[in-house]
Formats: sequence, structure tokens, C-alpha cells
Amino acid sequence: MTLDATWTRAWIDRTADVVAAEHTALSELDRQIGDGDHGENLLRGFTAVRAKLADLPADATPGAALKLVATTLISTVGGASGPLLGTAYLKGSAALGDATELDAEALVAFLTAARDGVVLRGKAEVGDKTMIDAWTPAVDAAAAAAADGASPAAVLRAAADAAATGAASTEPLVARKGRASYLGERAVGHRDPGAQSSSLIIAAAADAADGSSKES
Amino acid sequence: MKKLINDPSDVVDEAVAGFGAAHADLVVVSHDPTFVRRSAAPVPGKVALVSGGGSGHEPLHAGFVGLGMLSAAVPGPVFTSPTPDPIVAATQAVDAGAGVLYIVKNYTGDVLNFETAADLAEAEGITVRTVLVDDDVAVKDSLYTAGRRGVAGTVVVEKTAGAAAERGDSLDAVAEVARRTNAATRSMGVALSAGTVPHAGEPSFTLADDEVEIGIGIHGEPGRERIPLEPVDAIVDRLLDAVTDDLGLASGERVLLFVNGMGGTPLVELYIAYRRAAEALEARGVEVYRSLVGSYVTSLEMQGMSITLTRLDDELTELWDAPVETVALRRGR
Repeated sequence: MTLDATWTRAWIDRTADVVAAEHTALSELDRQIGDGDHGENLLRGFTAVRAKLADLPADATPGAALKLVATTLISTVGGASGPLLGTAYLKGSAALGDATELDAEALVAFLTAARDGVVLRGKAEVGDKTMIDAWTPAVDAAAAAAADGASPAAVLRAAADAAATGAASTEPLVARKGRASYLGERAVGHRDPGAQSSSLIIAAAADAADGSSKES
Repeated sequence: MKKLINDPSDVVDEAVAGFGAAHADLVVVSHDPTFVRRSAAPVPGKVALVSGGGSGHEPLHAGFVGLGMLSAAVPGPVFTSPTPDPIVAATQAVDAGAGVLYIVKNYTGDVLNFETAADLAEAEGITVRTVLVDDDVAVKDSLYTAGRRGVAGTVVVEKTAGAAAERGDSLDAVAEVARRTNAATRSMGVALSAGTVPHAGEPSFTLADDEVEIGIGIHGEPGRERIPLEPVDAIVDRLLDAVTDDLGLASGERVLLFVNGMGGTPLVELYIAYRRAAEALEARGVEVYRSLVGSYVTSLEMQGMSITLTRLDDELTELWDAPVETVALRRGR
């Protein structure tokens, strides 16, 4: 079983829906330890992504669609999350190449390259209270699931579950990167907004895969 | 939230349009992408200076575009750095072939977007150097944080580097002046109340009537410590001690003393603070050689102030004194 361009578009659509539904909550998380605009920034980005997706050729590969997401986020989001998430999609899409059918291994390669892109730009590690705390467990869980012979949808579900746990795990942490790092101990008890949004994005990928599987 | 705005999503566009209309003698405003450039730019042979960052810090950054300071400023959304596209467009608009210096406040978003813009501009054949401003002493342990923030000291760096560019220095020499100014500059701030981002609709943090926040940045992010309200002299001593200790100021040295309002504090209070800071420096044997008092790097309507000191040598003094003609700072013209 594989996932194709239909899944990619469904994922992007679901992500835009989730961001629209959750942007206030994301900004509220950001208000507690940052400056309160994370949800607004992502909403601006994914609204632009949805508009641009309409112009994408019907036969565009998953890699091409995700590259469009990357460039659109980089040129519309700003702040730290624009370059970071944009680089994730950019490196991830490059890892997919021209593939039209994505198997479990391709999805692991995508997630790994995306995570590595965020690390490259933001230079954060697990435990710094950043989006890496969602991405790295997601990559590890996806790789483990793929090694066990899981389907692409199951690989994404494993990644989504691990990302959600990872996002929750940021709550007791002192931030060492980004704006929350200025708070010292006072960041403790608050979930990192970037880890939370990354977890929502990865969950949307799994939800889209479930939808695609049922439809096919 | 009570603000003189129309739609929150139009705030930056409408403000930049008004800025351009009001100051058409000094600046030209570009829309889509949004940036503000000096009307004379590009100036043949001269190194260009580009800065920018989130809006809401007015007059920073567009207020310092003009002769002797910035060639262009790129205002992002409120408290959010601009994306690389307008930074690249501004760079192309002001580059005169002598290279472009980016003056970037050390905030993760600003750094990442200017870094990406520099890569893109270099790919277009424009030589770019970047200097990070990180004058805020409130952020102590830079190993475990994003590092010191760039705050009010940005104005001093833009002024001296702008003057160096105006006198014809090379790109590397202008960058060196900017680095040297930053290394000689330290700041620390206090907030009595937070500003309100138009989109968010509520203050980024709340303080009780008898509380102040010490060590605030300029994006509404809380500081390091919340303490009971004290008379202004005691608060000034607190900020000044942190700044002078970090700078390692010794008796006999000369400084620029800059008392910056955060947007919601009247000048009368800033001058009370200035008076105390000047007295305290004098008592330490430090000569207040130049001064600046006013709201130059603000955080919307945040109540509060910051104190900035720059250790002055002969060259930095000369560059500080050099003519400047911008919306927010004019001298010698």
C-alpha cells in the first residue's frame, strides 16, 4: 500500500483546517511564554498555501506540492516558525524527489529530512522546548514502525502519537532556544507552541492517510 | 482593547502608507512587498544599510531611514519579523554596488529571516554582511538561551554605522564599526505594563498596580523578574548597576547615556530617570559625554523605559555626532 498526491493534497487541506480551528489556542500558548502570535502567523501562512495549491497542476507530485508549501510558508509566515517549518517542508520535499507513490520508507525519509532541516536552521536539540521535541520522537516512532513492516498510514499514526506525546513533554521544560528562553524557570508549566503546532501538522498527515485509505 | 485602528490586519499597511505620505521628502515607500527606502537611495559608491523587524517598535526602524543612518527598513507584521522576500527587495533597491550591511536584532525570527534573505541576495550577486545587535544584559546565560536580545542599542549601532557608510567606508569597515558599537553598548529595561498586539486584543502580560517587570524585551515578552514597584530612582539604580557592571565601566570613561521610553511613558518620567542615571554615573566617575532621551525603540504602548550605555571613544563620538536627517533623528543639517 502506498500514498500518493491525493494524500498530499488532503494533508495540506487538513492542516489548513486544523490551523484555522486551532490558531487562537496556539496564540494563547504563545502568549504564555512568547509574544502571542504563533497561531496568527501559521493562519496567514496556510491560508496562502491553500490559495496557491489551487494553481498547482493536477499531476503535480507529492514532492512538488510540499515544495510549494515550503516556499509559501517561508515567504508569508515570518517570525521563527516561517523559516523553520518552511525548511522542514523544503528538505522533506527534496527527500521525496519525483516519487508519485510513497511507501513507508519514503515517509520515514520525508520526516527525517524535515526534522533535520529544522535542526539545521534552528540548531535546537531534544529537550530545548522547541518544535524538535515533537519532530524527533515522531521520526523515531515512524522509523520503528516502518522497520516492523507497518503500512504508510500506520507509520504516520505512530509518528503523530509520538509527536503528541513529545509536545506534551515540553510542559515541564525550561526553554533553551527561541523567545521563551528569556523566561528561564518561568517557562516551566507551559507547552511549547511550536511543538504543539508541529504535532497538529503531523496528526493531520495521519488523519489524511486514514481518509485516503478508506476512500481507496 | 481600545485602539485607533481600522481592521487589525490592515495596521501595518495603513501605518506604512501614512508614514510615506507624511515624510515624502525623506523616504519612498514600496508596497507589495513592503519596505521603506531613503528617497536618495541608492547612493553611488556608498555602502547601504538595511534593517528591519517586527512593527510596533516605532519609530524603529523606518524612522531612522535617511541621510547618515539606514538606506532601507523592512517592517514586518506587528512583533513578527518580516519574511525574506521584502528584505531581498529592499536590498536590491538600495544596493549601489558597494555592498549591503544588515543590522539585525538578535531575536530568533529576525536572525533566521535575514539569514535566508542574505543567502538570496548573495545569489543575486549582492555582497551582504550581517551584524547582530545583542545589547540586552537582562538575558544572562547565553549558552542556554537564544542569547542576548537586541533592544534600544540598535539605534546607536544604526547611527554610527550609518555615519561610517556616509563618510565612504568600505562594507567591511562599516560592519566593523557596527560590531564595535554593539560591543560597547549595553541596555536593560523595565515595564510597568505590557503593550497590546492588535491581533491578540489583550496585553501580552499583566502586572498588578504595585508590580514592575525587570529585564523586559521589546516584543511584549515578560522579563526575568517581577518585583514590587519602587520609586524611579531605585529602579534606575537597579538597571544602571546591571548595565555598568556588565560593561565593566571604570572611572574616567566616557559614555552615551540613552534613556528610552517603551511607548506609553511620558517624557517627564524619562527625564526624572535620566537625572538619576546621570547623577549615579557621575558619582562613579563616569563622564556622560553624550545623551539621548525619548521613545525611540518602543513596544506598542508598553509603559516603561530602558537605559542604554555606550562606551565612547573618539571615533564613535565623531560618528555619533555626524549629521543625520531621518524622521526620528535629525542633527547637523
